[in-house]
Amino acid sequence: MTEETSGDLRLTNVTKRYDTFTAVDQLELEIPRGSFFALLGPSGCGKTTTLRMVAGLDRPTIGQIWIGDKDITDTKAYQRNVNTVFQNYALFPHLSVIDNVAFGLRRRKVSDHRAMAMEALELVQLAHIAKKKPGQLSGGMQQRVALARAIVNRPDVLLLDEPLGALDLKLRRQMQIELKIIQSEVGLTFVHVTHDQEEAMTMADTIAVMNRGHLEQVGDPATLYEKPKSTFVANFLGQSNLLEATVKSRAGSIAELDVHGVSLRLPVERLVDDASSVWLGVRPEKLRLVAAGATHDGSAEINRLTGVVTDASFTGLATNYLIRLPWGQELMVVQQNDGTPRAAAGAQVTLGWAPEHGFALDAKQDAHAGAQDQADDSGAA
Amino acid sequence: MTGPMSAPVDDPAPPGLSRPRRARPNYTPYLLLLPGMAWLVVFFVVPTLSLASQSLQTGNVETGYTLTWHFQTYLDALSRFWPHFARSIFFAGSATVLTLFFAYPLAYFIAQKSGRWKNFLLVLVIAPFFTSFLIRTLAWQTILTDNGPVSSFARSTHLTDLLQWLNLTNNDSLMNSRFAVICGLTYNFLPFMILPLYASLERLDHSLIEAAGDLYAAPIKTFWRVTWPLSLPGVVGGTLLTFIPAAGDFINSRLLGNTRTVMIGQVIDSEFLRIQDYATAAALSFVLMLIIVVIVAVYVRRAGTEELV
Repeated sequence: MTEETSGDLRLTNVTKRYDTFTAVDQLELEIPRGSFFALLGPSGCGKTTTLRMVAGLDRPTIGQIWIGDKDITDTKAYQRNVNTVFQNYALFPHLSVIDNVAFGLRRRKVSDHRAMAMEALELVQLAHIAKKKPGQLSGGMQQRVALARAIVNRPDVLLLDEPLGALDLKLRRQMQIELKIIQSEVGLTFVHVTHDQEEAMTMADTIAVMNRGHLEQVGDPATLYEKPKSTFVANFLGQSNLLEATVKSRAGSIAELDVHGVSLRLPVERLVDDASSVWLGVRPEKLRLVAAGATHDGSAEINRLTGVVTDASFTGLATNYLIRLPWGQELMVVQQNDGTPRAAAGAQVTLGWAPEHGFALDAKQDAHAGAQDQADDSGAA
Repeated sequence: MTGPMSAPVDDPAPPGLSRPRRARPNYTPYLLLLPGMAWLVVFFVVPTLSLASQSLQTGNVETGYTLTWHFQTYLDALSRFWPHFARSIFFAGSATVLTLFFAYPLAYFIAQKSGRWKNFLLVLVIAPFFTSFLIRTLAWQTILTDNGPVSSFARSTHLTDLLQWLNLTNNDSLMNSRFAVICGLTYNFLPFMILPLYASLERLDHSLIEAAGDLYAAPIKTFWRVTWPLSLPGVVGGTLLTFIPAAGDFINSRLLGNTRTVMIGQVIDSEFLRIQDYATAAALSFVLMLIIVVIVAVYVRRAGTEELV
């Protein structure tokens, strides 16, 4: 199945400027051949523009795009060995499914285009509807036809522009898994553009988080989640509690931080260079809830904060709490429904977490960056 | 909403007693059809039957006409006027091809590229209708006049020679020629081509063009494989709206042509109004109708638009 593709996709200093607006600003990206790469960000962050530039549908204002050691910046879309699965699928309504899939092969004068198109349709389990017109298919089927139409050409890079956005939740989950399986079967480089952080984390080997035309952070899903480098990433990928902290000491491997008079600990390697004031972050599900006064296992490494439960909402899988700290800040806590007793609103509680579950971010950043974007996007989706 | 099928599911109807109520026939659709049907009967069916009857009558204006089933009128009319039929189809066909050639790029531009000028350009397309058909046709006499700029340009670029070689000119003059008649028809029916094409091309999803490019189709291939087939409903609509009235036109050939460019519409007009040979005029009208119906039926079938619309 796998054909020799010509190498990694590289973007060097790629910038796209419109009259007054810079959509993508000096983007540097390297996407290894054969990887499943996600470009993640809120709407308007420049991810789709980036994808269109790779596809050849938009031209970068400056910068180069490379596939392997070939500069493709100035080639036209139809000259690039890159295919796209469009957001609205863009299937040709006048052609049958099989003719849609064979379209690219025919343009390149591949002789056994029909057999190859059929094979691609089998891969997406749609061989039985080869003679139908796209208008007769459901959204999920159209999506697969669009995928088959792109994959069949064995492109160096396959671009997916929010391909699952129009599907309902259940179908989307199913397609996420299928896409992942297909990608590992065909071994092509997939670049997946999405605003859905869960989708990106489920599918991609590597995620690049974009915000306002810049790259915020690139890494594997676990690293991005556990060690975000900016408040935007901390808030856009899942949720974060950010506490204003000053570094008191960095003796040994554990640093002491002061948060409104409470002493908290954090591994030194998590600190931002030698900044003295930082945001101390911790994910809601890393916080443990202990009723005030209850005896704890007493581990010395544990960080402790006390507060009052202001809201408790039971979701079945977990209970989400809002805990008000003595200085008025509210922390989010997610307690797994693992049998531990639940706290009621108004209860005095102690929060505990292990120092290695914390992370530190530059205090100059906006603590709420990314939080709103995510809420907007999930509302619109 | 209270039809037999929409009874509430939890209605505790005793078993065995729930039989479907007989639906009252719904006459509303027929009532709504009535005005249109009445109009067609009075202004289409009755005149057509009267025309059919007229074509089979004999007599004259003084003594009156009687229905004698005189089919010979058809044969006589055809043998006398078949060149006019052929000429009409040639002129209308040429004008249709030319309007398509001019209208397509224009409609494409207005639909896909004109941005905020779109509505303004559409108004310009229909602006000629603000003036009378007759005046606009007469204007072509001035445009193509022998000592006008168009004629001298055509002469200096040897376009006149080409047209003369194609036997479209009147000796070395553009005016009163086949060329002039075709120009007039093309000009007058251009909006009827542009508007259906515009409607088709406006609906064309730009992402399909991008998808074709993404799938290795160079711009020309993209046009023939995607844009053109998707605009076929507009092409078919526009060519019909141009060809049918152009084939029966009697103004352009009269004002811009000569005695050797007489079209069938002109013949029917003079048979009815001047010679007052009503039977021949009616027979010619019928034959023209039949020819157009056959051509259109073959054409629509060939274009295969059933699947497209």
